Amino acid sequence: MKSLKDLLPGEKARVSRVGGVGAVKRRIVDIGIVPGAEIEMERYAPLGDPVEVKLKGNHLSLRKEEAASIFVE
Amino acid sequence: MPNKTITIALAGNPNSGKTTIFNNLTGARQHVGNYPGVTVERKEGRVIYGGYDIKVIDLPGTYSLTAYSPDELVARNVLIEEKPDVVVNIVDASNLERNLYLTTQLKELEVPLVLVLNMMDIAEKSGMKIDINLLSQLLGAPIVTVIGTKNQGTVDILKAVLDTYEGRIKLTSRTVRYHHEVEDELTVLQNTLADQVVKMKVAAGTAGSYMVQPSYPLRWVAVKLLENDREIINKVNSWPGSDKIMAAVKKSRDRIREILQDDPELVVVDGRYGFIRGACQEAVTFSGTNQITTTEIIDKVLLNRVLALPIFLGIMWLLFQLTFTLGAPPMEWIEAGFAALGEWVSSHMPEGLLQSLIVDGIIGGVGGVVVFLPNIMLLFLGIAFLEATGYMARAAFVMDKIMHRVGLHGKSFVPMLTGFGCNIPAIMATRTLENPRDRLVTMLVTPFMSCGARLPVYSLLIAAFFAPEVAGNVLFSIYLIGILMAMLMAKVFKTWLVPGESEPFVMELPIYRMPTLKNLLIHMWERAWLYLKKAGTIILAASILIWGLFTFPTVDENGQPYANAIQQMEESYAGQIGKAIEPVLAPLGFDWQTGIALVAGFAAKEVVVSTLGTLYSIGDEEALAEGEATAAKDFAQRAREQSGFTPFTAYILMLFTLLYSPCVAAIAVIKRETNGWKWPLFTMAYTTALAWIVCFLVYQGGRLVGLA
Repeated sequence: MKSLKDLLPGEKARVSRVGGVGAVKRRIVDIGIVPGAEIEMERYAPLGDPVEVKLKGNHLSLRKEEAASIFVE
Repeated sequence: MPNKTITIALAGNPNSGKTTIFNNLTGARQHVGNYPGVTVERKEGRVIYGGYDIKVIDLPGTYSLTAYSPDELVARNVLIEEKPDVVVNIVDASNLERNLYLTTQLKELEVPLVLVLNMMDIAEKSGMKIDINLLSQLLGAPIVTVIGTKNQGTVDILKAVLDTYEGRIKLTSRTVRYHHEVEDELTVLQNTLADQVVKMKVAAGTAGSYMVQPSYPLRWVAVKLLENDREIINKVNSWPGSDKIMAAVKKSRDRIREILQDDPELVVVDGRYGFIRGACQEAVTFSGTNQITTTEIIDKVLLNRVLALPIFLGIMWLLFQLTFTLGAPPMEWIEAGFAALGEWVSSHMPEGLLQSLIVDGIIGGVGGVVVFLPNIMLLFLGIAFLEATGYMARAAFVMDKIMHRVGLHGKSFVPMLTGFGCNIPAIMATRTLENPRDRLVTMLVTPFMSCGARLPVYSLLIAAFFAPEVAGNVLFSIYLIGILMAMLMAKVFKTWLVPGESEPFVMELPIYRMPTLKNLLIHMWERAWLYLKKAGTIILAASILIWGLFTFPTVDENGQPYANAIQQMEESYAGQIGKAIEPVLAPLGFDWQTGIALVAGFAAKEVVVSTLGTLYSIGDEEALAEGEATAAKDFAQRAREQSGFTPFTAYILMLFTLLYSPCVAAIAVIKRETNGWKWPLFTMAYTTALAWIVCFLVYQGGRLVGLA
């Protein structure tokens, strides 16, 4: 299954499922990355990690390991 | 005279402009402290309005109210335990859906709520049209629109607060309705809980020992139980008959998982966002297109893959220069001022112990406190600017990969970098880290960032024992060892001392904004005042103590004054300590003179070298007569002749100076920041132990290969 981590800058997708556990998962959904949300990969940080994504016009950052638990379609 | 006191709490997301509104409401009438037992900051202020004396609590900025994050737990506990009369929820209007998520949770807590839509200007510019009346009806809370950065609408907030408090607002209370399967389970749980509460009340009536009414709304407790909230589960477990409740919870969670094919936590979150989406679809219209915002244009440059790192390093360089280069002249004035004051007092007082206490102990001690103020004020001015503009989140974004390797957060970089100038503002700067474990570990390893006060020790020793060609490399190696030790210990502490999940990096990169001068100055002043009040007193007391150690006893065992200053120092308590620890230092190749110098260095690290200078003037009458103005060249000469050091042992002394206990001022700041003596004492102990072990290994290893 494709995860948010696999998106290239500029690519858009829809969140299908949020995996992971505990505080990280909770923060991901609390901030609005929930199934159904439209999300766009904006850029990778200069050292390749973390990444910046766009969600409903606002910009969020998250680590690749966190992005890997967000599945998209 | 205000006739009534009420309490309000400000709640809101990070970057919602909460602090700006708090400053608008309370002005300079603020008080900063800590919540008991945690390193979460508690900010309070006061405002007099409409015949009320209103206490304003600024809650930590949070996206949610879970038990996972200490900030969120603190915010929640204030709402539940202190029961503020009105909760003012600051909402970034340009980011409505995400911000209202917290609102739905406040509604569930059934607190009296006033919604403040902030940043209306930005929302309107982006093409958003909000039907305020309708939104207010749909959410069941009064709404005030403001522009915090322009101080617009501040009085409207206070009006709405009093209207709510005095019950003049009539709105149908609304809360999130979840999926009907979830609602069914909530009803079951609520009934089980209600049943139990009745039983507890009865039991309390007879035995009087049970916590009667959990001061939580039952529906909220039921939701939290479905969400598997650790804190609430622990509370419920302490109630009688908890096994019955928990069995019901398990059944409900299983049922939801089975029917909806998803985690109950996610189902609940989804329900809240669904409620918000519904409200926004009705009350908000978008006329704007998906145009590129100013923030996106700026980030195309500042976060550009090639440019981001150089720009970041440039900004850090500017911050460093602002703090330490611009801070140097005022520090010199302060030093000169206190020196002049000391001389003036000396010339107007008879020589003796009292004079020495006042001049060297008290004036010297107060001077030693105040001298750090320029650094602290300038650094926090810079940090406040970076935070308020929105760049700080980007800085963390750029640096996180490196910092995360050792278990830290991207934001740890700024305090650690500042440590190269001075550890005191650096330790205070760890406040930018929200996660208490990240903050603690950053604080514990920052002393290995070799501060400016250690530089004179290195330069004098290098000048005395190393050829000019290698001087630069020697110095560089010391700094590098410091950085490596910090990284190593951060990893060690994160693994064993405070293990646990690392702070998620899931956060907002806020839009760029121009900060207001008022906010920057309030922030700067707050830090300066905290330092003076909390750390200053400890530093002063410790300075006087150290003065005493070097001053007493003033006469030898026969009651005769000492022949000269060197003998006095040797016989003083500090000198005795230096001699007593000689056996401990011997395996590192140090003698008792070095011991005394290291004891003195606890007052301030640069003193290590001046103490050695004084001790090595033995037999050098000329230099002694010249007093303190002995040049570095003389020191180098005398150190070579009298210390018995080789370049190798001199290097070990540098290593020890780098690694051993940070100075008393840094310890005082750690005490202030962690609210107790545990961590400052731990820092003293572990850094000194580490210094000893490293120096022992290097010295003994060197001896084996014939270096010493």
